[in-house]
Amino acid sequence: MVTALKERKTVDMTVPLNRQIQSENILTVKNLEIFYGEKRAVNGISMDIEKNSVTALIGPSGCGKSTFLRSINRMNDLIPGARAEGEILYEELNILSEDINVVALRKEIGMVFQKPNPFPKSIYGNIAPALKFAGINKKSKLDDIVEESLRKAALWDEVKDRLHKSALSLSGGQQQRLCIARTIAMKPTVILLDEPSSALDPISNAKVEDLIVDLKKDYSIIIVTHNMQQASRISDKTAFFLSGDLIEYDKTEKIFTNPSVQKTEEYISGRFG
Amino acid sequence: MNSKTADRLATGVFILIATIIVAILAGLFFYIFINGFKNISLEFLTSPSSNVRAGGGIRDQLFNSVYILFITMLITVPLGIGGGIYMAEYARPGKVTDLIRTCIEVLSSLPSIVIGMFGLLVFVNTTGWGYTIFGGALALTIFNLPTMVRTTEDAIRAVPRDLKEASLALGITHWHTIKTVILPSAFPSILTGAILAAGRVFGEAAALLFTAGLSTPRLDYTNWNPFSEQSPLNIFRPAETLAVHIWSVNTQGLIPDVEEVSSGAAAVLVISVLIFNLAARWIGSMIHKRVTASK
Amino acid sequence: MEKILPAKDRLLKSKTSRLDGESRGKLIVILCAVIMISATIAITIFLGTKGLQSFTKNGVSILEFLTSTKWNPTDKANPGYGVLPFIFGSFAVTFLSALVAAPLGIGGAIFMTEIAPSWGRKVLQPVVELLVGIPSVVYGFIGLSVLVPFIRENVGGLGFSLLTGTIVLAIMILPTITTIATDAISSLPSHLREGSYALGATRWQTIRKVLIPAAMPSLLTAIILGMARAFGEALAVQMVIGNVRNLPTSILDASATLTTIITLNMGHTTYGSVENNTLWSMGLILLIMSFAFILLIRYLSSRRKLR
Repeated sequence: MVTALKERKTVDMTVPLNRQIQSENILTVKNLEIFYGEKRAVNGISMDIEKNSVTALIGPSGCGKSTFLRSINRMNDLIPGARAEGEILYEELNILSEDINVVALRKEIGMVFQKPNPFPKSIYGNIAPALKFAGINKKSKLDDIVEESLRKAALWDEVKDRLHKSALSLSGGQQQRLCIARTIAMKPTVILLDEPSSALDPISNAKVEDLIVDLKKDYSIIIVTHNMQQASRISDKTAFFLSGDLIEYDKTEKIFTNPSVQKTEEYISGRFG
Repeated sequence: MNSKTADRLATGVFILIATIIVAILAGLFFYIFINGFKNISLEFLTSPSSNVRAGGGIRDQLFNSVYILFITMLITVPLGIGGGIYMAEYARPGKVTDLIRTCIEVLSSLPSIVIGMFGLLVFVNTTGWGYTIFGGALALTIFNLPTMVRTTEDAIRAVPRDLKEASLALGITHWHTIKTVILPSAFPSILTGAILAAGRVFGEAAALLFTAGLSTPRLDYTNWNPFSEQSPLNIFRPAETLAVHIWSVNTQGLIPDVEEVSSGAAAVLVISVLIFNLAARWIGSMIHKRVTASK
Repeated sequence: MEKILPAKDRLLKSKTSRLDGESRGKLIVILCAVIMISATIAITIFLGTKGLQSFTKNGVSILEFLTSTKWNPTDKANPGYGVLPFIFGSFAVTFLSALVAAPLGIGGAIFMTEIAPSWGRKVLQPVVELLVGIPSVVYGFIGLSVLVPFIRENVGGLGFSLLTGTIVLAIMILPTITTIATDAISSLPSHLREGSYALGATRWQTIRKVLIPAAMPSLLTAIILGMARAFGEALAVQMVIGNVRNLPTSILDASATLTTIITLNMGHTTYGSVENNTLWSMGLILLIMSFAFILLIRYLSSRRKLR
């Protein structure tokens, strides 16, 4: 642990200052408002999301955290009447803009959903087609990426002998890790997780949590969760949402031990929500 | 009369009604099959019909029915699936969508004789084709299209939203998602619907009277050149189908064995429709089993 | 996949990304939708203009056409173009068959949903589906070979009659009414039933006082859809109704409907002749009626939503 910390420090010192600042935040949210028709679901939030860290979004149901998450890779475009105002800057580009190619965006900002949703195909067939669609046609290259992403998702050892069996034969936890592998295969920079383990048993849940912590060295992760312990275990920063407002956003440790806003404390201690 | 007695009486009436409905079907089937099977033989199915003499078969009519059905489905299925995809995936709530819905409603409620008249006006007279298989198939397409569109739309809407989202979130375009994720999942329902629709098309006659006509040229089944006059595969020849044949021998035929020919033909027609229905059910339940077994 | 390009080049829409399969696919399905719209418009325009030709070109009076009972288009000296008997025939068989089929269909629906919900549906549902599957010429043929002689010998008249047409049509529209009525009644919220039974009402009282009134707009829709089918049905009726040009005076009289006259004469008359054109005008009436049925159904469903 100590050596790891030391290592990180030395790395930080070698990186030029401008790179360091640039690499600090992967996303900058400015005054984001999201509407469903007339109804406003997110009321002008602003926050920075750090690169290579896990950011947890917590709050009671209907507080706007999932709506916010789904706007980061424009999944809200699917909902008729949903629209977003304000800015989400990604590499200095407002990804809410009309000019954004959402298909390209979603390759870089991947998403894993609440309920494991593998395609009714083989395990291999859950990963390869999207790669092919992205233009990778060589069988050996495809095989490599499939293996690499399954390894990263800590699923390779469990499924390597049955890659061509139906993905639906996997357990719920394995299915969810397959969904994560499928997302990793696209080589995203950001992974959005929408309550990824709420439908899983405790053991699968623990595996998925380990995986998330492990993944942050390569990816920036934003996770919506209902589970306060989960947020405190795996996230670096935590944002607390209530009725569409961002109430408090700080280091996870700070939020869970010494929140500045009373509402946050009440929520965390289970007084409502 | 007290309420208990009234209740018992009413229950009796409802049971009677249910019995009547079952009896109607039983009676119809009994009549069709008892009379039909007497007259169905290999010779009946494989010999040409006669305009004046007794003993004619239904070979050409049977072939025409199947062939027109095939051509119709060839046009309807892609169009209907396309329309269904549009309605389920692309149509935004608004005036245009309302207009299309109205059009589907209008098309599906048009009497088939009216569709036949439209076919006569456009596919027979305006184009100058005369009575043709192709004209008949186009008329049947109009007749069948609304069903196909609705079936596809419903099937697509029944596909779980997660699957679509999963694919889109991987950076796959909407159209590619439709092709590789949505349509494969909706395929069983679309197939079931298409088979049921095919059964309906197979028995349709009114739309064909003035489009495919009441006669069939002398066919040479060894001639496979679709541009030849005598080829059964020529789509620009008149063709009397089985259903039309039943009507024409009964209303304007001269043959003495009307009763025999029509009962045989009716039985063949009903059996075919039954096969379509059973096939659709069978496929439906197979798929259902597969889906539930994989969980 | 290497992210060497700046974000602008990777993520902004470009010409190439606009012209990919996405827009092509969208174009294809929009084309399918356009074909449906154009088919509907083409049918309306073509049949509309053709149907008006007998009035505009041949100078047949609309009033005479709709109100006269004299149909004699082939009489050179004194032709008559009154189609009232056929309009009457169409409406008569439509209403009479609905009168027969509605109680049976709704009764069947109640049997499936209320009397024997466990097994009644399993038996009756396939029966109804098979009745739908029987082609209309087969109904016509059985009507002709069974019903016509039966009525001739046991009831009276020629056998070819309004009554025969009514019975054949009633059987044909029975499945339509039954199916929709079943859906309507089974989709009623269960608290309606429970509330009524809790007040000590018998099953019949519940059906009559609670369920039927609650499902009424849908039941009417079912009946209207059945009537629309009956109004447009051609071959089966044509085979059993007798096809005479006179106004029937009794239910046992032979008669004719708009569809049967069209079916019978379209092939025999010269295209473009006055007689032929009046057939197209009858077709136009069918088209207008089919629009009218749609409007009626829309009106009913808007009332259902208001509740």
